[in-house]
Parts: sequence; structure tokens; C-alpha cells
Amino acid sequence: MVIVQHFVNALQWGSFYALIALGYTLVYGVLSLINFAHGDIFMVGAYIAFFVSTALLASDSFGLSHFQALSLTIPLTMLLTSCVGMTLERIAYRPLRRKGAHRLYVVITALMCGLVLENGNLALLGASRRTLPEMLDKVVYNIGGIAVTNLKIGVIFTALLVFVALQYIVTRTRMGMAMRAVSWDKFALPLMGIALDRVIVFTFVMGSGIAGLGGMLFAMSYPVLDPYMGSMVGWKAFIAAVVGGIGDIRGAFLGGFLLAFVEIMVAAFLPSTFRDLFAFTVLLLIMWQRPTGIFGAPQTTKI
Amino acid sequence: MRRYTLNIILALACIGLVLAASYDKLDSYVLTVLMSMGISIIFASSLNLVNGYMGEFSCGHGGFMCVGAYVGSVLSLICFSSNKMLGAALLPPTLAPWVFPFILLASGLAAAFFGLLVALPSFRTRGDYLAIITIAANYIIISLVENIDIIGGSRGLSGMKRTMNAMRDVADIPWMLIWVIIGTLVSLMLLRRLVSSTYGKGVPAIAQNEVAAEIMGVNTDRMKIVAFMLSSALAGVAGALYAHVFGYVNAQAFNILKSTEGMVMVYLGGMGSLSGSVLAAILFTLLVEGLRFGIPALDSLLHTVNVLPADFTLSQIWKWVLIPLMLILLMQFRPEGIMGNRELSGVFPRLRRWFTFR
Amino acid sequence: MALLEVQNLTQRFGGLQALTDFNIAIEDREFVGLIGPNGAGKTTVFNLVSGFYTPTEGAITFGGIPTRGLKPNMVTALGLARTFQNIRLWDNMSVLDNIRLAQHFRLGYSLWDALLRTRRHCAAEAGVDKASREMLDLMELKLYADEFPKNLPYGLQRRVELARALAVRPKLLLLDEPAAGLNSADVDGLIRLVGWIYSEFNISIWMIEHQMKVVMTLCRRILVLNFGRIIAEGNPGQIQADPEVIRAYLGDGTL
Repeated sequence: MVIVQHFVNALQWGSFYALIALGYTLVYGVLSLINFAHGDIFMVGAYIAFFVSTALLASDSFGLSHFQALSLTIPLTMLLTSCVGMTLERIAYRPLRRKGAHRLYVVITALMCGLVLENGNLALLGASRRTLPEMLDKVVYNIGGIAVTNLKIGVIFTALLVFVALQYIVTRTRMGMAMRAVSWDKFALPLMGIALDRVIVFTFVMGSGIAGLGGMLFAMSYPVLDPYMGSMVGWKAFIAAVVGGIGDIRGAFLGGFLLAFVEIMVAAFLPSTFRDLFAFTVLLLIMWQRPTGIFGAPQTTKI
Repeated sequence: MRRYTLNIILALACIGLVLAASYDKLDSYVLTVLMSMGISIIFASSLNLVNGYMGEFSCGHGGFMCVGAYVGSVLSLICFSSNKMLGAALLPPTLAPWVFPFILLASGLAAAFFGLLVALPSFRTRGDYLAIITIAANYIIISLVENIDIIGGSRGLSGMKRTMNAMRDVADIPWMLIWVIIGTLVSLMLLRRLVSSTYGKGVPAIAQNEVAAEIMGVNTDRMKIVAFMLSSALAGVAGALYAHVFGYVNAQAFNILKSTEGMVMVYLGGMGSLSGSVLAAILFTLLVEGLRFGIPALDSLLHTVNVLPADFTLSQIWKWVLIPLMLILLMQFRPEGIMGNRELSGVFPRLRRWFTFR
Repeated sequence: MALLEVQNLTQRFGGLQALTDFNIAIEDREFVGLIGPNGAGKTTVFNLVSGFYTPTEGAITFGGIPTRGLKPNMVTALGLARTFQNIRLWDNMSVLDNIRLAQHFRLGYSLWDALLRTRRHCAAEAGVDKASREMLDLMELKLYADEFPKNLPYGLQRRVELARALAVRPKLLLLDEPAAGLNSADVDGLIRLVGWIYSEFNISIWMIEHQMKVVMTLCRRILVLNFGRIIAEGNPGQIQADPEVIRAYLGDGTL
């Protein structure tokens, strides 16, 4: 029974990792850029959700019920967060790409953007912790001794839905095909009549939107917000994405859940201080066995 | 004569610093800044061997510094202080100045050993996959340290001041400054010698064309081991120096943020440029310390011109907003770092008239 | 005993049979050609011989030593050097350093010698420096010693790559399409250069080449590869007359 309860918790925790890892993998697949600011975009998403929902609920003039507020907050959060992601791409990454800077300089810029986001948040909003207003009336289902809240089910369900939708977009739509085309050959794409920048912007919008959604769900599950909440989760989600095989959507999804399972199971049976130690050792062993991740294609060199 | 000018100038500058410090002409704040500058130089230039010269993307350099800091601290505590966990002092305090270099060396060796954690996977993996192995290694090292209770766990470890006091009792000179200077110069000399020898050129050969290196007779596996181990050994020495300069270590001081700091200095200075790393480390330290005073000044300036609302003060947190912003801007204007992959003599050829760079 | 002996070499990549039952023996001072249509498996042969791939089946013996399990750098140390189809120089190092680095395997000093600048290190460096400059002299590259290869014209880059391979002091030199990307005047120069190298350095050369003029002028013996199998072997005259070869290159249709 306890195991099953842990299993459910791991599914929820893994959903957050998976939602962030998807954003890493999308951007990486298209640009081979590790967007280290992505974890902080997740944090920004949580804050945006906070401001939007508070604004919607605070003034009586809207007269919104909790459910109406929630269904308005979700699209607004995703929209605004994608704007943040798009802005980063536009003002920080694109000029560097145009100048043909070394790939790693773009990565460092991304790291710096992340720092600006988290410290800027702390500097502007102060250290007072904020709490997301409750928008979902908590219902606890008790299935054979396992307590599952409706929120938990919602989170897991959303992650699955996002995964299926992304799989569809990437494999079936024109834009998705363009994205895959870029990852194969950046120079052939303009020849096919598709603007490279549009594909890149689309990728950033999707990645950040998903991160925003994740941030909002995270804030609903753990309502206290903190400017640094994204950095640790972000690094870990990145690792999850690579273990799954970066650039592969299935990999990001699986990697996220895998990491969550290891973490929750270690924390369940050992002192929680061992969590990182074991989680990362397991990941290191996986990488040792499959140097390019679970779904990653082997690195080959052609002479 | 020309071959020695650089060495002579450096030696004179260092002697000048030491003299100024020993006659109390430098206050302790300036002294600490100078020492952390030296430590940053070792940290950044050693990371440059892997991230710049070898072209790998190691994001976990802080982990190796952590190993060095803790090994150095523990050895120092075992040898020179009575501690309820680590037992009575093993050696008489008068030996401190002679034993200290060996403590540094041992810290370097221990860190080099942990470098294998990253070097061995690098045979089969490279690029971003290796990057996460380094991140994981950083987390693993920190988590490991935090779970060993005898060395303080997550509370940190202190008491290294006693070793410094022991040294001061032997002779009243600024010992730590001297050790940091020696450490910095020796590290730079070792790195310079390695990358300018034909043997060490095997390291940049891996970055520029690994296949060619492998097939034209370079033992790439051995070069990777050499680069990773030397780089982490020097980081370990930097860690041990850090532990003794500040007298206190905590594993979280060497987390991903520390590694990020190192990467910023490497890429800011230019990949594969030692003088670039040195310059970047100096500039970065000056920037961080300068903003400590700059931000209150800016705050009062903005208030006098009434840009800021009266109840809003610029806190020190703004430093960590401004620094990344400046770096982002700098990257936009110099997307290859301050020095590119050239050395000082390549940027200013005239310098060669006075110096030979070895 | 032959310098290089390859027996029943077979290579599979996943389901693809890239090379089937390849045999060759190359004697000292021989000049052998390897031709065949694109994708026939020519470069695969070179990659196997230089130790970059481990063969699925078969044995390679170089100078009497079986090379299975040896890393490419050890095979190079036995006296085998090669050039690449698409030039692979170290682009951010001077031409001189490129030549020096090809002697990495015979430096004979360790990391500690390099770090401590011991006498052994200095002696070895002086020797390598002298040998490299002589090589540049010999290959008429002296003027470009301090240039970066990426700033040199294509033809010169080819020449640097040849010089780098020769700096290994090989017994057998593998040339992978040395004339690729050269115009016809350059091709004539290359024929002279390779011919001169062959006689000057007293080595065996094994060359992959598409341009018949180069192959027919230089090689004494030619192997033809198609779909991973040897379909013909003989001197230039025999190869040019072989109906199998003509079919492989031109297809079954009548001319």
C-alpha cells in the first residue's frame, strides 16, 4: 500500500520534471542549445499564475467563481509565460546566433538570463513569500487505502495530455515537421520555403508555455512561491531530459518520471539527505551504460 | 634579458604585495579581495584547460574545488588542532609552515582522483552528455560531503584558522597571501608549460579535430585523463587555499553556482586563452567587490534625483541582477570573450619587444 | 612477409554489410590503388586498417603485428599514416604545430617532464622541432609555418595534410582521395608530388582515388571495389579492359 502511495506521489513529482524537461528537449532539438534559463521560466510561470489568479479573484467586479478563475488563469499564464520565453530568445539568443558566436557562449548567456530572472524577481518583489490563492476545491479520493487528491490526478493527467499533444504536433503538423527538419539540417530549411526564425520562435513559445503550465500546477500543489524554486528543479529536469536522450520528446517524458521515481523511492526508505546522492548516482550509471541517453541516437563520426 | 622581464616584474609585484601586507599597509579587506582574486585565477584557468583548450563543457568544476577544500581542511585539522571528532593535534604547531604545502598537494591529489569520475566517462561520451555527467558529479560530491557527519555535514567545517595561527607563531608574515601567490603562479606556470609543449598540444587537438588526433597518433584517452585530472587537481588546490583564507567551508559554497562562476570567467576571458582567464578572474572579482560599494552609491544617487520611490532601496541583491546583465551585454559585443583564443602577446604584438611569454 | 596483410575482412554496420571478404597484401615499396563507385566501402577499408573501426570478422596484420584491439594511435605508432577525404587538420594551430603534433606518439617524455621542463623534455622538443621544420622545408611549406591551416587555400591544406602524415615517418601511407576538390592544373601538381613522395621517402602508398588519371599514372596495382566486394584486381591496363569494372562504373547499358 505504502509503495503504491509513493508510486502516485512519484507520478505527480515526475509530471513536473517531465513538463520542464519537454521544454529543454524542444529547444535543444531545434537549436542544440541548452536553454539554462528554462528552469527560471518555470518559476516565472508560477509567479505569473499567482498575479493573474490574485487579480482575477481579488476584485469582486469580475465576480468569478473559483472554477472560472482557474480556467481563465491557465491560458493566460501559458500565454504570458510564452511571451517571456520569446522575449529571451529575441533579445538575448537571436543576436548571438546571428553573429555566429560559439554555441557555448549562447549557453552562458542563457545561464545569465536565468540569474537575472531569479535575482531580479527577488530584488523587485522582495523576500516575502507569496501564496497562490486556492482555486480548486480539494477533494480527496480514497481508493483502497490510497489517498489521491483531484489536483494530483489533474497534474498527472495534464502531463500526459501535453505529451500526447506534443507528439502529435511534432509528428503530424507542418510546423512540427519543420522543427524536426531544423534539427537535421539547419541550412536546408530556408530552401524549403520555411523561415528558420519562425520555427525557432514557435519552439520557444511552446516550451515556455508548457513550463508556465508546469509552474502553475506546481504552485497549486506547493502553494508557497520562492524566486529560487526553479533553479534546482530546472537543473534536475535538464538532467532528466539528457538521460532520456535530449532532443527526443519520449525521452524527456520518461527521464522526468524516472528521476522522480528514484528520488521518491530513495526518500521513502533512506534519510532524505541521501536523495540527491542516490538519484544522481543512478543517473550516472544509466549514462555509463547508454552514453547518449535512453532514446538518444548513438554519437557517430563519419570520416 | 628579455626572457626574464615578465618574471622579474611579476616577482617584484608579488614581493611588493607581501611587504605591504606585512607592514600592515593593506587592510584586511583588501587583502581578502586580493587572495580571493588569486583563488579565482586558479579556478578559472584550470577550468579553461578542459572547457577552453579541450573544448568539453564541464559544468561541475566547483565539485572538485569542494573535494580540495574539505580534504585540505580535514588534514589541517588532523595535523594542527585538537578537535573532538578528529582527535588531538598530531604535529607540533611549529611544523605548520613546512607541512602546509603538503596539505595543498594532498588536496590537489584527492581532487584529481575525483576528476577520474568525469574523465573515464569522457572516453565514450562528449558534448552535452558529458556536461550532465559533470553536473551530476558536482551534485554527488556535495551530497556526499553533506552526508558525512564527522566533517560537519551540512553545517560546514571550521577551525582552519588554528593552522594559520600556528604559522603566524613561527614567523609573523602574511602567510596566506604568500601561499595564494605561490599557488597562483605555480598553477599558471604548470598550465602554460603543458599547453605550450607538444605533449600538451594533444589537448587542443581533441577540441579541434578529435578524429584526426586519434588517427594521427595522439592517445586521446590519456590526454583526456591528463586534462581532467590536472584541471581538477588545481581546482582542489584552489579549494584548500579558499578553506584556509576564510577559515570556514561549507559544501553549498561549491555548488552549481560556483561552477557557473568559473564558466563565466572562462568564456568571458576567451576559450583557450590563459591570460584571458586571468584577466576575467581579476575583472570579475573587482566587479563583484566594486558593486558592494557601487550599489549603495547608485541608490543614494537615484534617490537624490528622485527616480526611485522613497520607500524603495536598492539592496545588495541588485548586484546579482546587474552582473549577469553586464555579462549578457558583453557577450553581445564580444561573442568570443575578451581575448578570443589568443594570448596577451597575440593581441598586443608589441609587448613581445619587452617580454617573452613562456 | 608482406608489410600489410588483410585477410577475409568483413564489416557490418547494423544490418548493412559494408565490406565482404576483403583480402589484400601490400609489400614494401608498393603503390596500390583502390577504386570503386561511391559507397562501395573504400573509406571503410581505410578506417578498418587504421584501427578506427574494429572489424566484425577477419584479421589485419601490419608489419607482422596483428592490429585487432589496438587503438588508432598505436597503429599509427607501428608506422601507418593517413590523410582524409575531407581535410582534417587542426585548424586553430599553426601549420608547424600540426606537423609537430603528428609526432606526439614518439615524444618519449611524460606529463611530468612537460610540467617540470626536464632535460628530456627539452631534448625531445628540440628534436621534434628540427624534424618538423625539415619536413616543412621538404614539402615547400616553409613560408606558411606560422599560418593557421584554415587561412590557407585548399590545395595548400592538402599539402599540409600530406606533410603531417609524412611526419609520422610511416612505412605505409594511406591517401583517401587526395585529388578531391582540385582543379586539373592542381591534379597534375599532385601527381608529381605524390610520385616524388613515393620515390623520396621509400614507402608504400595505398590510395583511394576517383580521378582515373591519377590512379592510372601512379599505381602499379589496382583493386576495384563494388558493394563491399573486390570485383577486379590487376595492373592499370588490365583494369581498364575489365568488363566487370566497366559494368560497375557505367551500368549494364551499351555504350
